[in-house]
Amino acid sequence: MARVLVGVKRVIDYAVKIRVKPDKSGVLTDGVKHSMNPFDEIAVEEAVRLKEKKIASEVIAVSCGPTQSQETLRTALAMGVDRGIHVDIPAAQMPLLQPIHVSKILAKIAKDEKIDVVIVGKQAIDDDGNQTAQMTAAYLDSPQGVFASKIEKTNGELTITREIDGGLETIKVKLPAVVSADLRLNEPRYATLPNIMKAKKKPIKKLTPKDLGVDTSPRIDIISVKDPPVRKAGSVLPDVDTLVAKLKQEGHL
Amino acid sequence: MFTTFRKLSSPGSKIVKRLQSTLVVAEHDNDKILPITRNTITAAGKVGGDISLLVAGDNCAKAVAEAGTLPGISKVLTADNPCFKGFLAESITSLIIACHNQFKYSHIMAGATAQGKALLPRVAALLDVSPVSDIIGIAGPDTFIRTIYAGNAVMTLKCKDPVKVLTVRGTAFAPAEGEGSPAKEDAPTGDYKAPGTTFVAQEIKKSDRPELTAAKIIISGGRGMKSGDNFKLLYTLADKLGAAVGASRAAVDAGFVSNDLQIGQTGKIVAPELYIAIGISGAIQHLAGMKDSKTIVAINKDPEAPIFQVADYGLVEDLFKAVPELTEKI
Repeated sequence: MARVLVGVKRVIDYAVKIRVKPDKSGVLTDGVKHSMNPFDEIAVEEAVRLKEKKIASEVIAVSCGPTQSQETLRTALAMGVDRGIHVDIPAAQMPLLQPIHVSKILAKIAKDEKIDVVIVGKQAIDDDGNQTAQMTAAYLDSPQGVFASKIEKTNGELTITREIDGGLETIKVKLPAVVSADLRLNEPRYATLPNIMKAKKKPIKKLTPKDLGVDTSPRIDIISVKDPPVRKAGSVLPDVDTLVAKLKQEGHL
Repeated sequence: MFTTFRKLSSPGSKIVKRLQSTLVVAEHDNDKILPITRNTITAAGKVGGDISLLVAGDNCAKAVAEAGTLPGISKVLTADNPCFKGFLAESITSLIIACHNQFKYSHIMAGATAQGKALLPRVAALLDVSPVSDIIGIAGPDTFIRTIYAGNAVMTLKCKDPVKVLTVRGTAFAPAEGEGSPAKEDAPTGDYKAPGTTFVAQEIKKSDRPELTAAKIIISGGRGMKSGDNFKLLYTLADKLGAAVGASRAAVDAGFVSNDLQIGQTGKIVAPELYIAIGISGAIQHLAGMKDSKTIVAINKDPEAPIFQVADYGLVEDLFKAVPELTEKI
């Protein structure tokens, strides 16, 4: 049976309208609702389903971030993950923590824990990077099945359906492999109250990048973070005729 | 040092050219070069220096021939080999690393498509550099602009790594126009077979309508369409306008249309001349994919729908009445 590692990120909740800091150095995060990156919920759900199908023997969740990341790990534990690993990154360092750092951390943990399948979300909705799975696969020198909408296990291999431009693609990957979850992979479950209570007893190991021998020195300088250009307010038209006239006037028709 | 030696031995104006050299990874289907490649060439041009285009595929002679007519590039590197069947990231990564080892690029770029996004982070990892995804602007050879938080903030960042590995948002750069006659050369040969990955099959939706990310007009439907059958209303309108049809996540999740039509943070990012959002409320995740459209029209019966905050022209009306009327009157 496979051992599964799932990466989860604590991000500003998807429904929050973010605000840029007045000094243009970043986005306001203090006092803002955070939750698990939605794609990572899908990754956790898939990992737990693999366990329920007796494909996975143990599921471990990892989160790299400040102390509050442990709450994100608890959510994963309440969804059915067996244990957690919190890689402590001070909040001040988070804006400069890039997928290159996280993927090195995940790869090292995957080796240490003798992991067969790493599952992460296809992108985090804060930095919109879409890099971690691909880079983790590279550091493990293993196959990658990114943007997965279906995962099946056949004869020691994974058959993965991938969402690509214009349609779908099927590939087969040998284990160990890294997979990233697309939105349509599954519908994540809600953690029930009894499971939330049980999750409190599950272990979370705390590590630092240094413990894992990973250098997290910044690879970028943030020059500025600004609001996007604002679209000027438009007008509500009374009827279809006016709309057609406007579109003709602008040369669209 | 090597760079100092070059500085001393070459005229000043050539320094930048010598220092910057970009490898653009062409996206193609073996028969033709996809439009995103032209946008990526434009982006590469903003960095300065020589641009090489890598065309790797399986039976890709036609794509190679077309690449030999593209403007703005000095060289086409070709690799036609069965191991590139399905354009597996594992195979093409090895090839790109081999090309880089030989030619020492300062920049490696591809379009921010499903293929480019799967490929370039893997390349960057092996070069031990932090890639930059989905750039919308280039402020200097090492300074790039990209959006974060579903397009709700714009970040300018300086890349400290020696090699810049970038995916390029196609809609942010005009396609390179015209024709050129770049030199052709074989890419370095090697064993590029992916050891653990096998391509099985692709299922591409065939459509006579223009490709979504390249369309000048897009008609998009959301939850308000109520069923997949009702999308016929949009197809009829789209066919009359020569437009592509897109959808919101709600419409995809409800099973009205297939997911490759999804526009938004997690789907495709489009910036057509005209975007007509029909029965779409305008969640931030959807706006992330379309708010750079030149003109936005919203048809929605809910006057409070957030889509009206970005729409140039709004029509507060039942779409089942307004869309047929619009189709008839244009």
